[in-house]
Amino acid sequence: MLPGLDLQVATGTVTGLLGPSGCGKTTLIRCLAGVQIVESGEVSVLGAPAGTTVNRARVAYVTQASSVYPDLTVRQNLSYFAALHGADAAALEKSLADVGLADRADQLTADLSGGQRSRVSLAAALLADPDLLLLDEPTVGLDPVLRRDLWNLFGELAAQGRTLLVSSHVMDEAGRCDQVLLMREGQILAQTSPEDLLARTGADDLEDAFLRIAEGEAA
Amino acid sequence: MNRTTATARRVLEQLSHDRRSVAIIVVLPSILLVLFRYVFDGNQIVFDRVGPQMLGIFPFVVMFLVTSVTMVRERTSGTLERLMTTPLRRGELIGGYAIAFALAALVQSLVSSAVAIWWLDLGVESAWVVVLFAVVDALLGTALGLFFSAFARTEFQAVQFMPAVVIPQLLLCGLLAPRDKMADVLEWLSTVMPLTWATDAFTESLTTSGLNGAMWRDLAILVGCVVVAVAGASLTLRRRTP
Repeated sequence: MLPGLDLQVATGTVTGLLGPSGCGKTTLIRCLAGVQIVESGEVSVLGAPAGTTVNRARVAYVTQASSVYPDLTVRQNLSYFAALHGADAAALEKSLADVGLADRADQLTADLSGGQRSRVSLAAALLADPDLLLLDEPTVGLDPVLRRDLWNLFGELAAQGRTLLVSSHVMDEAGRCDQVLLMREGQILAQTSPEDLLARTGADDLEDAFLRIAEGEAA
Repeated sequence: MNRTTATARRVLEQLSHDRRSVAIIVVLPSILLVLFRYVFDGNQIVFDRVGPQMLGIFPFVVMFLVTSVTMVRERTSGTLERLMTTPLRRGELIGGYAIAFALAALVQSLVSSAVAIWWLDLGVESAWVVVLFAVVDALLGTALGLFFSAFARTEFQAVQFMPAVVIPQLLLCGLLAPRDKMADVLEWLSTVMPLTWATDAFTESLTTSGLNGAMWRDLAILVGCVVVAVAGASLTLRRRTP
């Protein structure tokens, strides 16, 4: 499915993983999180096999669908994940504030909007205090204000020395990344900066560059 | 707080948001017992003879259902996959579930035993023995529910496992017909079914004060089955999925 990948991303940066739907972005992220059955070969992340005890404490994975408990309040959800990661009450309050849900803490997660639920999911990952944060399409279905706020948060997290891998199929978001990985049919086509991508494809904007890559004209 | 107790607390918090399920867990076995008692109103002997066994069977069935559906929901909602990327170990997850539902089972058994003994005048020698076996039966239901949920892809399938797992045991446990009158194959089958030993213990409780040798054996078999099913359940949890 994903043959012979060797990806290097610098510590403290945001890397965008971009490609059309079905190109293998989620599979790649699941491999890195250590929950994907790998047909052959091995996946190692941060110098250790993916999914081992040491990596599960350092790598956090936010799935595309918000995987938190709808029948718990926001705070109950987060205090469970805080307990799993050994995070304290202060970290919990900070994660709530980071995703802008402090005023919703005692609401039932099922009663939140889709965008709010996915932010609960993100807050749960922040409680892991991860070195590497894997985010699968975190901004899908969010309005422009929330998207901007989340990308600002990703920038802050990177500035704290964390490394982020963010998948998206919205090309504008590539502009917010330090570097981008372009994927098509299970292959990484390019690992480059947003500026270089424009130069390389000769496109006018990132949307156009993405289309050229997705349709196989530039590689 | 360690990860096992955190998981148990989380499961109980989920349950507490579902008031209707709490009501069903706490009072349903008692309602069924009352119904059973008055079906045989003209014949108290029948209730006296099989009432205690019912006290064990109802919690077994209810906890099997509640546990297997909850576990399937965890698998299908993506939260299980997420938990697999955290430091939580599989044994801690299953242990947390077992503790949470054992506590629910304890409350359920206390209520149904109290109703049976003080309201329905069920003649047992030691009330605490009945409560003990009712809790162990509920725990067995939880353990088998955890295990069989691994084979259900949807909540619909999980519900249908209930008759598949429970009804053969009901038919063969010795409640409807004495085991030694069954065909050899059926008697052998009944020997390997845990509910048989639970039923045996309740039958003993009608005539014995405290625990006799046969009841200690029944208890050991039941606890052994719980341990095996819980261990099996944590082995069926896969960290990696396609």
